[in-house]
Amino acid sequence: MPSTLPSASPGTLQLQPDAGAVHLRVAGDWTLAHYRHLRQAVERARAPLAADSEIDLSALGALDTAGAGLLAELIGPARLAQVGRWAPGLPAERLALLGTVAQALDQPPAELPRAGWGLADLLAHIGRSVQNLWRQQKQLLGFIGLTLQTLAVTLPRPWRWRVTSLAAHLEATGLNAVPIVALLTFLVGAVVAFLGATVLAEFGASVYTVNLVGFAFLREFGVLLAAILLAGRSASAFAAQIGSMKAQEEIDAIRTLGLSPVELLVLPRVLAMLIALPALTFVGMLCGLAGGLVVCALTLDISPLMYLTILQRDIALSHFLVGLGKAPVFAFVIAVIGCLEGFKVGGSAQSVGEHTTSSVVQSIFMVILLDAIAAMFFMEMGW
Amino acid sequence: MSGPQALIEVRGLVNRFGRQTVHEGLDLDIRRGEILGVVGGSGTGKSVLLRSIVGLRRPNAGSVRVFGEDLLALSGERRSRIEQRFGVLFQRGALFTSLNLQENVALPLVEHAGLSRADAERLARLKLALAGLPPDAACKYPDELSGGMVKRAALARALALDPEVLFLDEPTAGLDPIGAAAFDQLLLTLRDALGLSVFLVTHDLDTLYTLCDRVAVLARRRVLVADRLEAVEATDDPWIRDYFHGPRGRSAQRAADPSREN
Repeated sequence: MPSTLPSASPGTLQLQPDAGAVHLRVAGDWTLAHYRHLRQAVERARAPLAADSEIDLSALGALDTAGAGLLAELIGPARLAQVGRWAPGLPAERLALLGTVAQALDQPPAELPRAGWGLADLLAHIGRSVQNLWRQQKQLLGFIGLTLQTLAVTLPRPWRWRVTSLAAHLEATGLNAVPIVALLTFLVGAVVAFLGATVLAEFGASVYTVNLVGFAFLREFGVLLAAILLAGRSASAFAAQIGSMKAQEEIDAIRTLGLSPVELLVLPRVLAMLIALPALTFVGMLCGLAGGLVVCALTLDISPLMYLTILQRDIALSHFLVGLGKAPVFAFVIAVIGCLEGFKVGGSAQSVGEHTTSSVVQSIFMVILLDAIAAMFFMEMGW
Repeated sequence: MSGPQALIEVRGLVNRFGRQTVHEGLDLDIRRGEILGVVGGSGTGKSVLLRSIVGLRRPNAGSVRVFGEDLLALSGERRSRIEQRFGVLFQRGALFTSLNLQENVALPLVEHAGLSRADAERLARLKLALAGLPPDAACKYPDELSGGMVKRAALARALALDPEVLFLDEPTAGLDPIGAAAFDQLLLTLRDALGLSVFLVTHDLDTLYTLCDRVAVLARRRVLVADRLEAVEATDDPWIRDYFHGPRGRSAQRAADPSREN
């Protein structure tokens, strides 16, 4: 009967001392359902058992592979393999099962890798992490070079441009992100205006709220918010798409077909991002300013007309250009990191998850780092 | 063809994908203790049939009764208890990639049989050895293995709970001939010793000839014939004739039974 049904007669193991020698009697159902207590019985009985003890299997009830494995542990696989000789009364299919299990177990056990938590392991782990970090940066630089090189090769050959793919990615990374970017920047614009209104009112300078919102969004927030959103939205998508293709050997298939995965997969994504992020940055700037405009009109009695006049009078075009100029750089970094993490995926589902996470963390980190460097640079240059 | 021994009864099964109908009024029985081979051309819905029986796909119409109960109508808990009596080997193995092999096999043992982790892993190593894997494979991860080894490990997981019914989707595809023959032998031994019933989707004619008690032929959206191999061979249908009396079919026949002549 099947193992999973509880049986009426759980398996037993009886040791019967018999004129000096130990006599072993195996009875009942030796199945998975009784594994736990059978295992304890086997542990207890193993010690007094000699190589030539007599074993009686005649009262054995049901038997499955789990039970057969326990019997093999009890008397050793080598002896169990000879079961036909010392227990000839068993039915043929049961002998076959015992024989098969004994044969499967009759090989030297593998050495299990030792898991250590000593100081040496800790140091080794730190060393490996640092090495990985270094290797990762080198890989990123190498991949950037590879992408630029492929771009340079492809650009003068219009018949190799992947326009369909580019358009599809443009829709996914650009157009579909417009609502979320617009809403988010509008809300942040409103929040900045509220902050300005509260703080500047103490100095009687609440009209400068307009300048605050204008400066913040044209120089920093428009591009930064759009870039961070795309890093979360699209870098992860790139990593997951390319990563699952890698896990399914699709990347290898592209290579063996004589095509370049960089040209086929990376370039359309990078180019789509290079177009989408500046456009979204522009949308973000407009919506942030609109958020400020609404708050100014509702709480500060600065009319929209006045708001726009102050913007036009006080804020130079260069601030807009500084903000927008950062967008292609961020776009390139986000797209390249997303694609590279995709290529790093191994064969497992866990690896896809790890690298998707890593792509988002890395690209947001790089965006903020580059933004900080750019801010210092522009300040020194007085732009 | 229905009898009191039918373990699984499929009646009037209809499966549609959009406008494409895969099964239309399909009937099939799986009897206790038999190895049922399911053959059919590509796209005749062998895997869809398997998925419908184990409850992964809700058929558009018809009923599937397993152990006398309709799997789709059961509550989650009772359904889980029935599903523990199944072992399923998927076409591509479907091992959990974040677990190593022995953890893959030990998972159902820990979750359903209530074994301690150490016991479950010991038993898992036995199952892996039974499936023909070397001892050092137990701690490897699925992405470090060849396709054939993944198949064997997946078989070990399917056998983990010593199920009553084993569903195998092309188990010998990707195995070398020696491994495939050993697989056939293992399946026969287990069937004889444990009284397993096996639902075997296969294209391997050698497996079909050495293993199967009955063969069901899927074509034209239903089961054309489900009977002993000799009876199926003798069926007058162009596809069956091509399948069993083509060059590969004939050589497999000869290998299985040298005395027979065509």
